[in-house]
Amino acid sequence: MTAAAIAPARKGSGFWGAFARNKGAVIGLAFLTLIVLMAAFADVLYPDSPWDMTAMPFQPPLSEDALLGSDTLGRDIAAGIAHGARVSLLIGLTSTAVAVLIGVFLGAVSGFYGGRVDDLVMRFTELFQTIPNFVLAVVLVAIFTPSLTSIVLAIAIVSWPPLARLARGEFMSLRSREFVHAAVTTGQSNMTIIWRQILPNSLSPIIVSASLMVATAILLESSLSFLGLGDPNLMSWGYMVGAARTVIRQAWWMSFFPGIAILLTVLALNLVGEGLNDALNPKLARKGRS
Amino acid sequence: MSNRLRHFRQTLTAAALAAALAAPLALTVPGVAVAQERGGTMNIIVQPEPPILVLGLNQQGPTQTVAGKIYQGLLTFGFDLTPQPELAESWEVSPDGKVYTFKLVKNAKWHDGKPFTAHDVVFSTSKFLMETHPRARATFSKCEKIEALDDYTVRFTLKEPFGPFLQAFEVSSAPMMPKHIYEGTDFKANPANATPIGTGPFKFKEWNKGSYIHLVRNDEYWKAGKPYLDDIYFRVIPDAASRAVAVEQGTVQQTQFNDIETFDVPRLKGLPNVEMTTKGYEFFAPLSWIEINTRNKPLDDKRFRQAMMHAIDRKFIRDKIWFGLGRPATGPVNSVTRFHESNVRKYDFDPKKAEALLEEAGYKKGSDGTRAKVRLLVMPYGETWTRLGEYVKQAMKRVGVDVTLETTDAAGWVNRVSNWDYDLSFNFVYQYGDPALGVSRTYISDNIRKGVMFSNTMGYSNPEVDQLFAQAAQTNKDEERRQLYSAAQKILVEDVPVAWLLEMEFPTFVDKRFKNAVTTAIGVNESYDSVYMVKK
Repeated sequence: MTAAAIAPARKGSGFWGAFARNKGAVIGLAFLTLIVLMAAFADVLYPDSPWDMTAMPFQPPLSEDALLGSDTLGRDIAAGIAHGARVSLLIGLTSTAVAVLIGVFLGAVSGFYGGRVDDLVMRFTELFQTIPNFVLAVVLVAIFTPSLTSIVLAIAIVSWPPLARLARGEFMSLRSREFVHAAVTTGQSNMTIIWRQILPNSLSPIIVSASLMVATAILLESSLSFLGLGDPNLMSWGYMVGAARTVIRQAWWMSFFPGIAILLTVLALNLVGEGLNDALNPKLARKGRS
Repeated sequence: MSNRLRHFRQTLTAAALAAALAAPLALTVPGVAVAQERGGTMNIIVQPEPPILVLGLNQQGPTQTVAGKIYQGLLTFGFDLTPQPELAESWEVSPDGKVYTFKLVKNAKWHDGKPFTAHDVVFSTSKFLMETHPRARATFSKCEKIEALDDYTVRFTLKEPFGPFLQAFEVSSAPMMPKHIYEGTDFKANPANATPIGTGPFKFKEWNKGSYIHLVRNDEYWKAGKPYLDDIYFRVIPDAASRAVAVEQGTVQQTQFNDIETFDVPRLKGLPNVEMTTKGYEFFAPLSWIEINTRNKPLDDKRFRQAMMHAIDRKFIRDKIWFGLGRPATGPVNSVTRFHESNVRKYDFDPKKAEALLEEAGYKKGSDGTRAKVRLLVMPYGETWTRLGEYVKQAMKRVGVDVTLETTDAAGWVNRVSNWDYDLSFNFVYQYGDPALGVSRTYISDNIRKGVMFSNTMGYSNPEVDQLFAQAAQTNKDEERRQLYSAAQKILVEDVPVAWLLEMEFPTFVDKRFKNAVTTAIGVNESYDSVYMVKK
């Protein structure tokens, strides 16, 4: 249910054409594909656990047994980056999915019904928007003890409000369009109208902001792990930077490579998001450029 | 004017710096004798800031380091833990080990000018500390009588012999408190607590909360000509990175205990202006271990615990996680304390032996290569312990045991371990110079007390061990005690109630110009009356 599903609604090759016109987006997509492949084949590239102490500790990059060097306990940095990609992508995608579910549902209800419901849902949303994201995430993870599930949920819980507001805006404006009125007069139920009529037409901005949200989620996860609030049994990039920061003056590579991995992934996601924006919201994109 | 003054000061500082850099060179010239001269200011880090400086009321680590310069005990202890005179110039023990008689120094004075006498000792040990100091209470409640024979003689009569009785007169274990200030008052609420009065070489001058504690030379000190230093500033620096920088820049001249993070130690060790020592912690002699809940399967099986000892490379832990600090532990008694037995079952790092033991105990490899699953509650005391948790997980995985790491905060850790809600965790405790004070408490079944931290939280119970520890505490004949403790250690090492990791060492960094800082087993908590500064 991604771009491909919507593309036919627009003009044939227009989507890819618009997307490809943005060079950055193509580079981003290529890089993202690379990271996804790395995550998918992490077990083939580095069959051992990334926690295994396979090399001498403190080996600099380009050592015989550790391409990107080894960390304080002799764990291979490259293996950590490959396996960490899984955790970062997994958490980024699932938490975004959960946030989209919550956000779009609340936004849709709020925008479609309006009035009291709208007031109630929006006040509730504002409640979350007033609390700084990261602080709330830290508190949630600390309360529910760090684990994959608690981290995904914490990130989702702090990320949904902007999506709810976006979905609400879309629903409100589409609500008064003729095709919706037509649907109402033909006697379709509210659920059908929301689900079949309005939602498909409001998807493009949601997809664009969700793609950017994956990047934010990865950053949030990295920050949590950096602070030692990651799942202690999962290797992640943020954890690697956090664990290596104490020896940064002796061994720069331990925090440098995972840091670069985070930077490039987030950058790639942002580029892809911008490309999607160009492709899906051509009017907005053109306005933005001029 | 003030500008010129500042400039002058800067020039002075620069000169001092140059002198500091030149000093090590000068010292290496053979035949240059250095006199112990008066003068000099020492800046020492204190971390965290002590809540109060009255040592009789609070014995946290930082309080001991600061207040150890203000208050004194009757005895102090050499590196080998033999008693040395402090406020007591001599002492006698009756042959049956029940009567201890101390002769006090005659010229000691409190900082307010009143003489220090035997009545202060009686007051401190029978009244003040009995009310305020748990460790002292445990010892002095074994006394039948505490009496002053004359102004400078005190006699303690015990109900039954107690091996480590002399250890109880170390300054933090029994600091002497002034009777004329505290008698008949509420000790904890006495207004005099804000301006501590002791007999030590340094007097309390000023406390700028959150910044520094300033102690100045006690000109009336009872040891003639001492102390040498003019004053000592204890600097409060809460951030670990800033503490390391303060050492690098020479703005502080001493750090101790955990002030410097282990990963900074190798770097600071190489500095030209400071010297590092790990001596001076023999009285505390902390030992770290993997806490094992012996109630839970599979940890109730001795062979499983023995396999853990073989599966974990303690040398790796020392070298790579503690950056060379400490010694791989071989048993429950730290080797720098008394009664350490080295002739016990050896657990060399050998995963094959570990696997053989697990096979024997019936833990066969499942289809996924796993023999058993346990949880490890990582001690929330910083990065180093987290790394240790990760290491243990991998080391155990190598022999087919799947370890799940759990994290928690400090309160949660104490809560879960003391209420026995864990499989594995880490812990370390001080040994206070004698197995009867710091070792037996971990292993005797009397001390299996739910909800109490640092008790026998493993639930290990062996009547033979109980018996040996009880007998050893109730005699003061060293040879007899040695035999009893050796027997106890042999059984414990065979049973592995905890998996001992390291005899921990703390680094003390001292500016090379300052001499005599660490001279006894209590190291940085010593009075510093013989510390002097080499000028030039």
